[in-house]
Amino acid sequence: MRTTPRALAAAAAAFALLLTGCGDSGDDDGKITLQFQSLAWQKESVDANKALVKEWNATHPDVKVNYVQGSWDSVHDQLLTSFEGGEAPDIIHDASDDLADFAYGGYLADIGDLLPERLKSDIPQRSWETATFGGKVYGVPFLQEPRVLIANAKWLKKSGVRIPTPEKPWSWAEFRSVTKELGDGKDGKYGVAWPLKEPVSATLNLSLSTGGKMFHRGADGKVDVRFDAADAIMPRTVHDQVNIDKSASGATLGMGGSDTLPGFFGGKYAMVPLGFSYRQQIVQQAPKGFEWQVLPAPAGSEGLAQGVSPQTLSVSEDSPHKKEAAEFIDFFLQPDNMVKLARGDWMLPTGAEALKDPALRTEKDDWAAGTALATDLRPAPAQSVRGYPEWKDKVATPALQEYYSGAIGLGELRKRLVEDGNLVLARYQR
Amino acid sequence: MMRTKKSTRAAQYLALAAYLVFLAFPFLWLISTAFKPARELGSLHPTWIPKDPTLDNFRQAFDEQPLLRAAGNSLIAALSAALIAVVIATPMAYVMARHRNRVSKAATGWVVISQAFPFVLIIIPLFLILKNLHLINSLLGLIMVYVVWSLPFALWMLVGYVRAVPTELEEAAAVDGAGRVRTFVSVVAPLLAPGIVATAMFAFITAWNEFFFALVLLKTPEKQTLPVILNRFIGSEGVADLGPLAAAAFLATIPSLVIFAIIQKRITGGMLAGAVKA
Repeated sequence: MRTTPRALAAAAAAFALLLTGCGDSGDDDGKITLQFQSLAWQKESVDANKALVKEWNATHPDVKVNYVQGSWDSVHDQLLTSFEGGEAPDIIHDASDDLADFAYGGYLADIGDLLPERLKSDIPQRSWETATFGGKVYGVPFLQEPRVLIANAKWLKKSGVRIPTPEKPWSWAEFRSVTKELGDGKDGKYGVAWPLKEPVSATLNLSLSTGGKMFHRGADGKVDVRFDAADAIMPRTVHDQVNIDKSASGATLGMGGSDTLPGFFGGKYAMVPLGFSYRQQIVQQAPKGFEWQVLPAPAGSEGLAQGVSPQTLSVSEDSPHKKEAAEFIDFFLQPDNMVKLARGDWMLPTGAEALKDPALRTEKDDWAAGTALATDLRPAPAQSVRGYPEWKDKVATPALQEYYSGAIGLGELRKRLVEDGNLVLARYQR
Repeated sequence: MMRTKKSTRAAQYLALAAYLVFLAFPFLWLISTAFKPARELGSLHPTWIPKDPTLDNFRQAFDEQPLLRAAGNSLIAALSAALIAVVIATPMAYVMARHRNRVSKAATGWVVISQAFPFVLIIIPLFLILKNLHLINSLLGLIMVYVVWSLPFALWMLVGYVRAVPTELEEAAAVDGAGRVRTFVSVVAPLLAPGIVATAMFAFITAWNEFFFALVLLKTPEKQTLPVILNRFIGSEGVADLGPLAAAAFLATIPSLVIFAIIQKRITGGMLAGAVKA
């Protein structure tokens, strides 16, 4: 292999030529151009997003929207870099639990006054709370999903247990006894499989049904962690199902939702608590003839209440066209469009008008069973708690994983969540 | 004595076979998954050979994402980064290996330390610099980042290879009247060829697989690279469109495999040279 300076120079020149034209190209036609970064990823959802952008561009010649595809993985770091570099998209798709840092950091615009009354009144106040920080609105919550029990319908029917409905759900105690009846693991079959790879959000969100709050904000605005009797009901149920009744498989505690589906399809588990959107995977992957149904999660003193972190649309503080961006959001979230987006993502819309759409009330794929739960959805308890991510990663996740697997008891769990947890939160609230 | 040797060799082969199986397992499973229909992906008893093989995952992957264009972008970025990195690193490595003074020691120290910087620490200043150079959303900007990112390790690798070249050869060239540049180009560089190829391969693979810089720096689909596009098959909370993802990931491995297959002899030679003499 002989390499000469001339050859190197030629190679460098060739690459310089090759790369010419790789640079950014500007849009100088005088129109307003908005960048819309969407995190839609499933085909139907991407198609719906693109179709709406196309429709907007066809009807709004002076304000062009560029669809930019983002991805859920690393979206926080990617947006943070874009914000810091002054290159953030004008319209940003994200999840409400990711907004607090950006809102407090001054990266997002307060769009409360830019949104029309139609949109404001269409989305319930409890949903607006997920994207409101310090009285300012930093995003429009538009899609959300409850956690539901997806059950093997034949198994349930054969067992003769009472089938819960949103009007008459199972209590947590009844849920425990039903799962015991459905399977205790002796023949490799379990009443339930809890996929708890990410145990914190599942625990906090489902504990709202029993009145569990865990985070308590004082008059001075500071938040402290408590673990009262109401907070313990849901975790104790799971712990007892796994470790005492053996009605829940211990093997699934470290799994994600998708990982439990083969076992569910294979008849190992009678039920799996999953997000509502998992129905799409079930429709695609379930063996022919497999019958499944959506059941409401167990209820407590607060009924079927549970926490959610809706998907949101925000406007960048640096955008020079906030008004136009808000107008696009208004168009994008018209009731008919919200229905299209919800169907594309297999989730529920936040808008009251969209929720009335017959397409979301159909029995097919159990849409109706999920839509019936919409009024019970509340902001996830930790939405606006500063220091929550660290509390979650360093304290709560390992503590709950150990508790659910039986390695520690309730006393030790409480000690860690509260004592260690408050030390973490205190650092953020000085 | 003979029996001991035979049993030792058998154990070695067994260990090697086990290691090869371990290495091959994810790739073979990826291929198997890429050809399985959705219902087989959800089976409790998965099989190696798809019962009902399908090309639907490939069709869907191509239908949903611009895989070929992304592969082209990745290829341009990775090949350019690899070439530029070795062009810069080779003479630098020569200087660092042959002139061991305070400056080269400090440079070596800096090279080692620079490998410890996490992406997130450098991405914001890097983003601002590239923005000022109008190189955001530009493959040229991305290539510059990849070159800078792979250069320290490339340099470190090549220093070892340069040290393995006997200085007597250079002295002989000098006696014959060759200058420093001529000696480097005509005597040292050809002997470094295996090391240069191995280093280029390292730089290529690093750039080919890189995700985060590409995600942050490239905005429009026309510019995005394969890892960024592959990531679009993954949704919130890690839920993945497994079939098309496996099909696209399988296709993404092919260029690296082809390049490895073509130059594996040189790589092997280069690695051995570095390992023995560095």
